[in-house]
Amino acid sequence: MQEREKYSTVRQGVLDGFPISLGYLPLAFTFGMMTTDNHLPIWAALFVSATNFTSASQFAGIDLILTGQAYIEIAITTLIINIRYFLMSLSLSQKIDDRVNNFKRGIIAFSVTDEIFALAMQRPGWVSPRYLVGLTVMPYLSWALGSLVGAAATGFLPMALRDAFGIALFAMFLLLIIKPSKESKPVLFTVSIAVALSCLIRAIPMFDGVSSGWVIIICALVASSAAAVRYPVTIGGEEV
Amino acid sequence: MNYTRFFVGVTLMAIMTYLPRVLPLVVFRKKIENPFIKSFLAYVPYAVLAAMTFPDIFSSTNSLLSALVGMAAAVVLIFLNGNLVTVALGATGAVFVAEQLMRLWVG
Repeated sequence: MQEREKYSTVRQGVLDGFPISLGYLPLAFTFGMMTTDNHLPIWAALFVSATNFTSASQFAGIDLILTGQAYIEIAITTLIINIRYFLMSLSLSQKIDDRVNNFKRGIIAFSVTDEIFALAMQRPGWVSPRYLVGLTVMPYLSWALGSLVGAAATGFLPMALRDAFGIALFAMFLLLIIKPSKESKPVLFTVSIAVALSCLIRAIPMFDGVSSGWVIIICALVASSAAAVRYPVTIGGEEV
Repeated sequence: MNYTRFFVGVTLMAIMTYLPRVLPLVVFRKKIENPFIKSFLAYVPYAVLAAMTFPDIFSSTNSLLSALVGMAAAVVLIFLNGNLVTVALGATGAVFVAEQLMRLWVG
Protein backbone atom coordinates (compact mmCIF):
# COMPACT_ATOMS: atom_id res chain seq x y z
CA MET A 1 0.00 0.00 0.00
CA GLN A 2 2.74 2.37 1.01
CA GLU A 3 4.77 1.29 -2.02
CA ARG A 4 1.88 2.14 -4.27
CA GLU A 5 1.55 5.56 -2.76
CA LYS A 6 5.23 6.26 -3.32
CA TYR A 7 4.93 5.04 -6.87
CA SER A 8 2.05 7.37 -7.53
CA THR A 9 3.96 10.36 -6.22
CA VAL A 10 6.89 9.77 -8.61
CA ARG A 11 4.35 9.34 -11.37
CA GLN A 12 2.50 12.47 -10.30
CA GLY A 13 5.80 14.34 -10.38
CA VAL A 14 6.60 13.20 -13.90
CA LEU A 15 3.13 14.23 -15.08
CA ASP A 16 3.37 17.62 -13.38
CA GLY A 17 6.85 18.19 -14.79
CA PHE A 18 5.87 17.61 -18.39
CA PRO A 19 4.71 21.20 -19.13
CA ILE A 20 7.99 22.57 -17.79
CA SER A 21 9.99 20.33 -20.11
CA LEU A 22 7.98 21.76 -22.98
CA GLY A 23 8.81 25.29 -21.90
CA TYR A 24 12.52 24.48 -21.61
CA LEU A 25 12.91 23.17 -25.16
CA PRO A 26 13.15 26.46 -27.07
CA LEU A 27 15.56 27.87 -24.51
CA ALA A 28 17.66 24.70 -24.65
CA PHE A 29 17.74 24.87 -28.46
CA THR A 30 18.88 28.47 -28.24
CA PHE A 31 21.65 27.57 -25.82
CA GLY A 32 22.83 24.73 -28.06
CA MET A 33 22.86 26.99 -31.09
CA MET A 34 24.83 29.60 -29.17
CA THR A 35 27.58 27.08 -28.36
CA THR A 36 27.83 25.91 -31.97
CA ASP A 37 27.83 29.49 -33.23
CA ASN A 38 30.87 29.99 -31.00
CA HIS A 39 32.65 27.00 -32.59
CA LEU A 40 32.35 24.71 -29.60
CA PRO A 41 31.95 21.00 -30.39
CA ILE A 42 28.41 19.59 -30.28
CA TRP A 43 28.91 17.62 -27.06
CA ALA A 44 29.94 20.80 -25.23
CA ALA A 45 26.33 22.02 -25.06
CA LEU A 46 25.21 18.69 -23.59
CA PHE A 47 28.06 18.72 -21.05
CA VAL A 48 27.28 22.25 -19.83
CA SER A 49 23.52 21.75 -19.63
CA ALA A 50 23.78 18.35 -17.93
CA THR A 51 26.15 19.59 -15.22
CA ASN A 52 24.69 23.06 -14.63
CA PHE A 53 20.96 22.67 -15.32
CA THR A 54 20.23 26.39 -15.20
CA SER A 55 19.64 28.96 -17.90
CA ALA A 56 20.92 32.52 -17.58
CA SER A 57 24.24 31.69 -15.94
CA GLN A 58 25.08 29.11 -18.62
CA PHE A 59 24.87 31.76 -21.33
CA ALA A 60 26.87 34.22 -19.22
CA GLY A 61 29.45 31.65 -18.08
CA ILE A 62 30.17 30.31 -21.57
CA ASP A 63 30.56 33.86 -22.80
CA LEU A 64 33.11 34.56 -20.06
CA ILE A 65 35.01 31.35 -20.81
CA LEU A 66 35.18 32.12 -24.52
CA THR A 67 36.23 35.74 -24.04
CA GLY A 68 39.11 34.64 -21.83
CA GLN A 69 38.03 36.02 -18.44
CA ALA A 70 39.69 34.92 -15.21
CA TYR A 71 38.35 31.83 -13.44
CA ILE A 72 37.51 33.89 -10.37
CA GLU A 73 35.31 36.15 -12.47
CA ILE A 74 33.56 33.14 -14.00
CA ALA A 75 32.92 31.74 -10.52
CA ILE A 76 31.66 34.99 -9.00
CA THR A 77 29.44 35.91 -11.94
CA THR A 78 27.82 32.47 -11.89
CA LEU A 79 27.28 32.68 -8.14
CA ILE A 80 25.72 36.15 -8.38
CA ILE A 81 23.30 35.08 -11.09
CA ASN A 82 22.34 31.97 -9.13
CA ILE A 83 22.27 33.34 -5.59
CA ARG A 84 18.47 33.51 -5.93
CA TYR A 85 18.46 29.72 -5.66
CA PHE A 86 19.57 30.18 -2.06
CA LEU A 87 16.31 31.91 -1.26
CA MET A 88 14.29 29.30 -3.14
CA SER A 89 16.12 26.40 -1.51
CA LEU A 90 15.51 27.93 1.91
CA SER A 91 11.84 28.26 1.12
CA LEU A 92 11.71 24.70 -0.23
CA SER A 93 13.53 23.30 2.83
CA GLN A 94 10.49 24.28 4.90
CA LYS A 95 8.40 21.87 2.88
CA ILE A 96 10.79 18.92 3.18
CA ASP A 97 10.28 16.45 6.03
CA ASP A 98 13.04 16.75 8.72
CA ARG A 99 13.67 13.01 8.42
CA VAL A 100 14.85 13.23 4.82
CA ASN A 101 18.59 12.57 4.99
CA ASN A 102 21.39 14.72 3.58
CA PHE A 103 22.10 12.38 0.67
CA LYS A 104 18.56 12.75 -0.60
CA ARG A 105 18.71 16.48 0.07
CA GLY A 106 21.84 16.64 -2.05
CA ILE A 107 19.96 15.06 -4.92
CA ILE A 108 16.80 17.15 -4.68
CA ALA A 109 18.93 20.30 -4.50
CA PHE A 110 19.53 19.73 -8.20
CA SER A 111 15.77 20.22 -8.74
CA VAL A 112 15.87 23.84 -7.68
CA THR A 113 15.29 25.74 -10.90
CA ASP A 114 12.92 28.71 -11.00
CA GLU A 115 10.16 26.70 -12.66
CA ILE A 116 10.44 23.38 -10.81
CA PHE A 117 10.67 25.21 -7.49
CA ALA A 118 7.56 27.24 -8.27
CA LEU A 119 5.61 24.14 -9.17
CA ALA A 120 6.80 22.12 -6.16
CA MET A 121 5.75 24.92 -3.81
CA GLN A 122 2.18 24.70 -5.09
CA ARG A 123 1.82 21.26 -3.47
CA PRO A 124 -0.06 21.32 -0.18
CA GLY A 125 1.86 19.94 2.82
CA TRP A 126 5.18 18.09 2.61
CA VAL A 127 6.95 17.69 -0.70
CA SER A 128 8.51 14.21 -0.93
CA PRO A 129 11.92 13.59 -2.53
CA ARG A 130 10.28 11.06 -4.84
CA TYR A 131 7.82 13.61 -6.12
CA LEU A 132 10.66 16.09 -6.68
CA VAL A 133 12.75 13.55 -8.57
CA GLY A 134 9.74 12.73 -10.75
CA LEU A 135 9.08 16.42 -11.29
CA THR A 136 12.68 17.00 -12.39
CA VAL A 137 13.22 14.06 -14.77
CA MET A 138 11.45 15.38 -17.86
CA PRO A 139 12.62 19.01 -17.58
CA TYR A 140 16.19 17.78 -17.02
CA LEU A 141 16.13 15.53 -20.10
CA SER A 142 14.49 18.26 -22.11
CA TRP A 143 17.14 20.76 -21.04
CA ALA A 144 20.13 18.48 -21.64
CA LEU A 145 18.95 16.81 -24.84
CA GLY A 146 17.39 20.01 -26.16
CA SER A 147 20.79 21.69 -25.85
CA LEU A 148 22.39 18.81 -27.76
CA VAL A 149 19.78 18.94 -30.52
CA GLY A 150 20.10 22.72 -30.75
CA ALA A 151 23.86 22.43 -31.09
CA ALA A 152 23.58 19.72 -33.73
CA ALA A 153 20.82 21.37 -35.73
CA THR A 154 21.74 25.04 -35.75
CA GLY A 155 19.47 26.76 -38.23
CA PHE A 156 17.23 23.72 -38.54
CA LEU A 157 14.38 25.01 -36.40
CA PRO A 158 12.50 27.74 -38.30
CA MET A 159 13.32 31.13 -36.83
CA ALA A 160 9.65 32.15 -36.73
CA LEU A 161 8.78 29.20 -34.50
CA ARG A 162 11.74 29.82 -32.21
CA ASP A 163 10.68 33.42 -31.70
CA ALA A 164 7.10 32.43 -30.96
CA PHE A 165 8.21 29.86 -28.36
CA GLY A 166 9.91 32.61 -26.38
CA ILE A 167 6.58 33.37 -24.73
CA ALA A 168 5.91 29.77 -23.56
CA LEU A 169 7.72 29.90 -20.21
CA PHE A 170 6.31 33.32 -19.41
CA ALA A 171 2.78 32.10 -20.17
CA MET A 172 3.32 29.35 -17.59
CA PHE A 173 4.66 31.85 -15.08
CA LEU A 174 1.52 33.93 -15.61
CA LEU A 175 -0.63 30.92 -14.79
CA LEU A 176 1.39 30.21 -11.65
CA ILE A 177 0.95 33.76 -10.33
CA ILE A 178 -2.57 34.61 -11.55
CA LYS A 179 -4.35 31.48 -10.30
CA PRO A 180 -3.29 31.82 -6.64
CA SER A 181 -3.71 35.61 -6.85
CA LYS A 182 -7.38 35.12 -7.67
CA GLU A 183 -7.89 33.10 -4.51
CA SER A 184 -5.55 34.77 -2.06
CA LYS A 185 -5.31 38.47 -1.28
CA PRO A 186 -1.86 38.17 0.31
CA VAL A 187 -0.52 36.50 -2.86
CA LEU A 188 -2.07 39.21 -5.03
CA PHE A 189 -0.44 41.78 -2.76
CA THR A 190 2.98 40.06 -3.04
CA VAL A 191 2.75 39.71 -6.82
CA SER A 192 1.67 43.33 -7.32
CA ILE A 193 4.60 44.71 -5.35
CA ALA A 194 7.12 42.42 -7.07
CA VAL A 195 5.85 43.33 -10.55
CA ALA A 196 5.83 47.06 -9.85
CA LEU A 197 9.29 47.01 -8.27
CA SER A 198 10.81 44.84 -10.99
CA CYS A 199 9.50 47.12 -13.76
CA LEU A 200 10.60 50.20 -11.82
CA ILE A 201 14.18 48.95 -11.35
CA ARG A 202 14.48 48.07 -15.04
CA ALA A 203 13.09 51.45 -16.07
CA ILE A 204 15.60 53.49 -14.09
CA PRO A 205 18.86 53.89 -16.05
CA MET A 206 20.89 54.15 -12.85
CA PHE A 207 20.26 50.41 -12.20
CA ASP A 208 21.33 49.25 -15.67
CA GLY A 209 24.34 47.44 -14.27
CA VAL A 210 22.28 45.37 -11.81
CA SER A 211 22.13 41.77 -13.04
CA SER A 212 18.73 40.10 -13.44
CA GLY A 213 19.57 37.71 -10.62
CA TRP A 214 19.90 40.60 -8.18
CA VAL A 215 16.74 42.28 -9.43
CA ILE A 216 14.85 39.08 -8.60
CA ILE A 217 16.41 38.91 -5.15
CA ILE A 218 15.65 42.55 -4.35
CA CYS A 219 12.04 42.16 -5.51
CA ALA A 220 11.59 38.92 -3.58
CA LEU A 221 13.03 40.42 -0.38
CA VAL A 222 10.90 43.57 -0.52
CA ALA A 223 7.62 42.03 -1.70
CA SER A 224 7.75 38.98 0.59
CA SER A 225 8.73 41.10 3.61
CA ALA A 226 5.90 43.53 2.99
CA ALA A 227 3.43 40.66 2.62
CA ALA A 228 4.77 38.91 5.74
CA VAL A 229 4.27 42.09 7.78
CA ARG A 230 0.80 42.79 6.45
CA TYR A 231 -0.47 39.22 6.20
CA PRO A 232 1.37 36.95 8.66
CA VAL A 233 0.72 33.28 7.95
CA THR A 234 -1.58 32.10 10.75
CA ILE A 235 -0.13 29.56 13.16
CA GLY A 236 -0.85 26.03 11.99
CA GLY A 237 -2.13 27.15 8.60
CA GLU A 238 0.56 26.47 6.02
CA GLU A 239 -1.58 27.70 3.17
CA VAL A 240 -1.36 31.22 1.88
CA MET B 1 39.61 25.78 -28.27
CA ASN B 2 41.48 25.22 -25.05
CA TYR B 3 39.71 22.23 -23.53
CA THR B 4 41.36 22.42 -20.11
CA ARG B 5 40.07 25.95 -19.79
CA PHE B 6 36.63 24.87 -20.95
CA PHE B 7 36.43 22.00 -18.43
CA VAL B 8 37.73 24.02 -15.50
CA GLY B 9 35.40 26.91 -16.35
CA VAL B 10 32.31 24.73 -16.72
CA THR B 11 33.12 22.80 -13.53
CA LEU B 12 33.43 26.09 -11.63
CA MET B 13 30.07 27.14 -13.06
CA ALA B 14 28.51 23.84 -11.97
CA ILE B 15 29.84 24.21 -8.41
CA MET B 16 28.70 27.82 -8.11
CA THR B 17 25.25 26.84 -9.35
CA TYR B 18 24.93 23.85 -7.03
CA LEU B 19 26.13 25.54 -3.81
CA PRO B 20 23.24 27.98 -3.35
CA ARG B 21 20.87 25.13 -4.20
CA VAL B 22 22.21 22.64 -1.70
CA LEU B 23 23.34 24.69 1.32
CA PRO B 24 19.92 25.79 2.63
CA LEU B 25 18.54 22.26 2.21
CA VAL B 26 21.34 20.67 4.20
CA VAL B 27 22.09 23.44 6.72
CA PHE B 28 18.56 24.62 7.59
CA ARG B 29 17.06 21.22 8.29
CA LYS B 30 15.10 22.44 11.31
CA LYS B 31 11.77 24.05 10.61
CA ILE B 32 11.82 27.80 11.13
CA GLU B 33 9.40 28.87 13.89
CA ASN B 34 9.77 32.63 13.64
CA PRO B 35 6.39 33.80 12.30
CA PHE B 36 7.85 36.60 10.19
CA ILE B 37 10.44 34.42 8.44
CA LYS B 38 7.87 31.66 8.04
CA SER B 39 5.45 34.02 6.34
CA PHE B 40 8.25 35.61 4.32
CA LEU B 41 9.36 32.25 2.92
CA ALA B 42 5.78 31.31 2.07
CA TYR B 43 5.48 34.39 -0.14
CA VAL B 44 8.90 34.07 -1.83
CA PRO B 45 7.80 31.78 -4.71
CA TYR B 46 5.17 34.24 -5.89
CA ALA B 47 7.48 37.24 -5.61
CA VAL B 48 10.24 35.44 -7.54
CA LEU B 49 7.89 34.35 -10.33
CA ALA B 50 6.35 37.80 -10.61
CA ALA B 51 9.75 39.51 -10.83
CA MET B 52 10.93 36.99 -13.44
CA THR B 53 7.86 37.51 -15.59
CA PHE B 54 7.76 41.30 -15.60
CA PRO B 55 9.05 43.18 -17.50
CA ASP B 56 10.88 40.36 -19.36
CA ILE B 57 7.70 39.00 -20.92
CA PHE B 58 7.39 42.15 -23.03
CA SER B 59 10.69 41.44 -24.79
CA SER B 60 10.29 37.65 -25.02
CA THR B 61 9.28 37.71 -28.69
CA ASN B 62 10.16 39.66 -31.83
CA SER B 63 8.13 42.73 -30.97
CA LEU B 64 6.26 44.30 -28.08
CA LEU B 65 3.01 43.94 -30.02
CA SER B 66 3.30 40.18 -30.54
CA ALA B 67 4.35 39.75 -26.90
CA LEU B 68 1.21 41.62 -25.80
CA VAL B 69 -0.91 39.40 -28.05
CA GLY B 70 0.67 36.29 -26.52
CA MET B 71 0.21 37.66 -23.01
CA ALA B 72 -3.44 38.46 -23.68
CA ALA B 73 -4.00 34.94 -25.04
CA ALA B 74 -2.37 33.46 -21.93
CA VAL B 75 -4.51 35.56 -19.58
CA VAL B 76 -7.72 34.61 -21.42
CA LEU B 77 -6.78 30.90 -21.28
CA ILE B 78 -5.94 31.18 -17.58
CA PHE B 79 -9.35 32.67 -16.85
CA LEU B 80 -10.91 29.85 -18.89
CA ASN B 81 -9.17 27.47 -16.46
CA GLY B 82 -6.57 26.21 -18.94
CA ASN B 83 -3.68 24.08 -17.64
CA LEU B 84 0.07 24.76 -18.06
CA VAL B 85 0.28 23.06 -21.46
CA THR B 86 -2.76 24.71 -23.02
CA VAL B 87 -1.73 28.12 -21.72
CA ALA B 88 1.86 27.76 -22.99
CA LEU B 89 0.86 26.40 -26.41
CA GLY B 90 -2.03 28.84 -26.78
CA ALA B 91 0.23 31.81 -26.09
CA THR B 92 2.90 30.46 -28.47
CA GLY B 93 0.31 29.96 -31.21
CA ALA B 94 -1.06 33.46 -30.72
CA VAL B 95 2.44 34.95 -30.98
CA PHE B 96 3.18 32.91 -34.10
CA VAL B 97 0.00 34.04 -35.85
CA ALA B 98 0.50 37.66 -34.77
CA GLU B 99 4.06 37.71 -36.10
CA GLN B 100 3.06 36.17 -39.43
CA LEU B 101 0.26 38.73 -39.83
CA MET B 102 2.59 41.59 -38.93
CA ARG B 103 5.07 40.39 -41.53
CA LEU B 104 2.35 40.39 -44.20
CA TRP B 105 1.38 43.92 -43.29
CA VAL B 106 4.86 45.33 -43.16
CA GLY B 107 5.73 43.46 -46.32
